[in-house]
Amino acid sequence: MIGELRRSLVDALEGLGDISLFLLRLIADTPRALLRFGLIGRQIFNCGALSLVIIMLSGLFVGMVLGLQGFQLLQRFGSEEALGTAAAIGLLRELSPVITGLLFAGRAGTALASEIGLMRATDQLSAMEMMAVDPIRHVVVPRFLGGVIAMPLLSVIFSVIGLYGAQLVGVQLMGVDSGSFWSQMQASVELRDINQGLVKSAIFGVACSLIAVYQGYYAEPTAEGVGLATTRTVVTSAVVVLFLDYLLTSAFL
Amino acid sequence: MGKSSTLNMGAGAFVLLGFAALAFLTTQTTVHGPHLGRPGSVYDVTAKFDNIGDLKVGAPVSMAGVEVGRVVRISLDPKQYKAVVLMQLDSKFDQIPSDSDASIYTQGLLGGKFIGLTAGASDTYLKNHDQIDFTQSAIVLENLIGQLVANFTNKGSDSSGSSGAAPSTSPSSKPEKPK
Repeated sequence: MIGELRRSLVDALEGLGDISLFLLRLIADTPRALLRFGLIGRQIFNCGALSLVIIMLSGLFVGMVLGLQGFQLLQRFGSEEALGTAAAIGLLRELSPVITGLLFAGRAGTALASEIGLMRATDQLSAMEMMAVDPIRHVVVPRFLGGVIAMPLLSVIFSVIGLYGAQLVGVQLMGVDSGSFWSQMQASVELRDINQGLVKSAIFGVACSLIAVYQGYYAEPTAEGVGLATTRTVVTSAVVVLFLDYLLTSAFL
Repeated sequence: MGKSSTLNMGAGAFVLLGFAALAFLTTQTTVHGPHLGRPGSVYDVTAKFDNIGDLKVGAPVSMAGVEVGRVVRISLDPKQYKAVVLMQLDSKFDQIPSDSDASIYTQGLLGGKFIGLTAGASDTYLKNHDQIDFTQSAIVLENLIGQLVANFTNKGSDSSGSSGAAPSTSPSSKPEKPK
């Protein structure tokens, strides 16, 4: 029992050390990967542009729910006009980085992990190594960077669509005054709030992309192993995003 | 090559969309003073307040309801224990009398604080680095409620005592309540 506990603790530590070293390796290879921007561009397309639909749809609905709930709550205090502020602050600071992070892990992270894992399983990575082509530099780093670049952009798009969702419900359906919706928002939202969301989403982007490429790169070269790597990517990313979110929020306050 | 160029176009469109969204957020959801930053188009004015409540940096300074500037810095005068508020006023509004007074008001019932300027009658106008001498502090809701409660309790004990007593009598001079 205690032995098992110790072993799992050691395993966890090992995994953490492993992934940290892997991150260092990726960072060390980043400058050279930046020279081949075409590869990164393709990955930005894969991670970002292809996730747009799910991000925009989710943003719309999250914003609409926010508008509805916020309206119900604020109506009790007779301050429905603060709906714009509430929706904007909630979206910018918390909801859009976190939900985008979770969706990103589900949409792009799994794709990254299974793609790299399948490359491992079909010996493509070994073949590259035999041709003296570094698979980290040519396969892993562009995917990682693509995710890191795409994530903050997705989060920002999520915020904008969410705001319009909240506006749709609050102003169009519930009859909050459009002018005060926007002007109260503008009066109380600060650049700091936007920065906070950007920093958060950038860090989530690094975390989610790192977990995805790490799980893919070290996946067992079997069908089962690739499946397991995909599952682990989602589970680990989700937990890490929520954990980091707490840390970052307390750091920002 | 054809496929990769559509890919690049998609990536480019995505990045462009992202930055457009960012531009929207930074310009439409928040206001940074139209006159912050560019020197020459603004002038600085300070005012000392006994209490500024929760006035924040970036709060508007308005005159007759029209925004004429913004609060740019708030500090504490260590000798007088007063709040020193530095405001930047738009130089469009350079004819504000130097004896104008500055008061801190609240937007709405629970809104943020802002500074309202009321024009004085002087012929000289506020210049860069001037100080507004007449100020009125923020109304702190707690103090107000405290006064109100004190008023009510005074009145209450008045009426329970002699009903015709002058309202100005202090509580100590009133007859003791029967025990």
